[in-house]
Amino acid sequence: MLLNKDKWPEFVGRLAGKKLLAPQSGGDAVRFAPVSDGEVPMLDFKNTRVPPKQALFPQTETMYRFQLGTEEIELPQLDEETIWLGVRPCDARAMAIVEKLFRWDIDDPYYLKRRELTTLVGLACNEPGLNCFCPSVGGGPASTEGLDLLMIDLDDRYLLEAITPKGEALLDVTGDLLDEVKADAVKEKEKVVSAAEKKIKRTVDTEGVSAGLPGLWEDPLWRRVSAACLGCGTCTYLCPTCHCFDIQDETEGFEARRCRMWDSCMFEEYTVHTSGHNPRPTRRERTRNRINHKYSYYVDKFAVTACVGCGRCVNLCPVNIDIIEILRQVKEAL
Amino acid sequence: MTGDNPYIPYTATVEETWFETGGERSIKTFKVVLDDETVRENWSHRPGQCAMIGVLGVGESMISISCSPTEGRFLRFSVMRMGKVTQALHQLEPGDKMMVRGPYGSSFPVDDWHGKQILTIGGGVGQAPLRPIVEYVRANRDQYAGLTMIYGARTSGDLCFKGEFEEMSKCDDLACHLTIDVEEDDWSHNVGFVPQMLLDLNPSPENTIVITCGPPIMIRFVLENLKKLGFADEQIYTTLENRMKCGIGKCGRCNVGGMYVCKDGPVFSYAVLKDIPEAFA
Repeated sequence: MLLNKDKWPEFVGRLAGKKLLAPQSGGDAVRFAPVSDGEVPMLDFKNTRVPPKQALFPQTETMYRFQLGTEEIELPQLDEETIWLGVRPCDARAMAIVEKLFRWDIDDPYYLKRRELTTLVGLACNEPGLNCFCPSVGGGPASTEGLDLLMIDLDDRYLLEAITPKGEALLDVTGDLLDEVKADAVKEKEKVVSAAEKKIKRTVDTEGVSAGLPGLWEDPLWRRVSAACLGCGTCTYLCPTCHCFDIQDETEGFEARRCRMWDSCMFEEYTVHTSGHNPRPTRRERTRNRINHKYSYYVDKFAVTACVGCGRCVNLCPVNIDIIEILRQVKEAL
Repeated sequence: MTGDNPYIPYTATVEETWFETGGERSIKTFKVVLDDETVRENWSHRPGQCAMIGVLGVGESMISISCSPTEGRFLRFSVMRMGKVTQALHQLEPGDKMMVRGPYGSSFPVDDWHGKQILTIGGGVGQAPLRPIVEYVRANRDQYAGLTMIYGARTSGDLCFKGEFEEMSKCDDLACHLTIDVEEDDWSHNVGFVPQMLLDLNPSPENTIVITCGPPIMIRFVLENLKKLGFADEQIYTTLENRMKCGIGKCGRCNVGGMYVCKDGPVFSYAVLKDIPEAFA
């Protein structure tokens, strides 16, 4: 369906009733934040600094509450329906990729419940970022995987494509604002998407990487590519496919909760045993694990690369470690 | 309410506790019974599996279940006092509540080993995951060709399950070889390291399955010596441990190569492990 941009405020107004979040600039970055009633989010952003993985996997999540000294466990209420507006295709794809793990054999009730309660409205990328490389890892600027609805910006109007019944439901409640798609819009979409693809300059060649990586275990490249690493964990915290978490108990008086929070394989504490022994003692081993996990282990287990080419780890690494360059060196060493 | 949320632990009551070893890093054994009757009836673990046990407000640790399901409808855990959670667990006395979830991970394929000679090689607290095999084989003795145990620790005071071994030594159909690192008064068993004792005993690889668990350095030399004795990779099993949080293959941290110790392991055949570069890291 087509939505004229002059009807955008009204379209947004129709979504009221559910909690609505959209990218908003503030300070030094664009972040997803709640949209208050009457506010109209302007979707003029490249991408948010923190990926919307937090929609399904909050940075800190209460798993359950209890009173110290008792064994009565109280589960959190998870019933608020939310709409995340302006999710980039790479980030939605990442959520679909991570869902494979959260469904692997044993369902993760928190992740899956949040997915059920969340509608992901995507916005195709007309102006990809400097370090975007989604086509190299199976995505694209208008990829629909993981989304409920995809919006494509056709200058004075949006082309809306429902991907799931949840997406169709959004088109139903806004039906009277929408026009049928005509051939010219389809053509325009093709033009816009192909122009966006051409703007993506960085590429990764992953052929043979998943099978070849384990064979490079002792290769000198790991020391080289990790030499500058500070171990800050930015690459993993801001990665839309990174899903590792820690579990901690928090107490205040007799009130207590067990929660899980994002963790990072780039931290020393991540793997250190209580004895002090650490199977991954230096950043060399930790970097090697990070790359192997994304480009080999995950591929073996779930037949998909755990990287969507969003470029955040490249953009935001304080010492300019570049995963594309690491993969180039991997290819060279194969 | 706990049925479909794998993170919610069951409540269990501590029935008995005793110390296996003393000192700062003492090992205390807990015999616990799950409180809910349905949960208790539905609980079924296999030798080698683990459980997340803990104390609400402190945390959870992955601990191997040190009893065989053939022993009864209770669980046993032998816990070394090491960190925050295990210190809290050590405070538990009979009547106290322990939180338990599981059982987790792969198990020793004991039923595929019918007709075989079973040889366990343990060191220190590494005997805890081997004990269920020993008990399982003893309970199904006619299914197995024989059972031999090699078990060692630094000193006699560091050996777990000592009382049980004294009993076992009296059994005709079970060979129980104990060893300690250095000579002690009143020690009537072997003195020396476990890998050396293995060589001295010179077991035949024929129709034999070996299961080993202990400190990494012991495992390394045991594996080396098993190769010298002619054991094939497929005849050797071990069980790994790594730092864990979720126990169900989600939180990420326990992987060795592409395998999660909590789910793909902790029990691995050496034929699989030898190709995983991180397995003995």
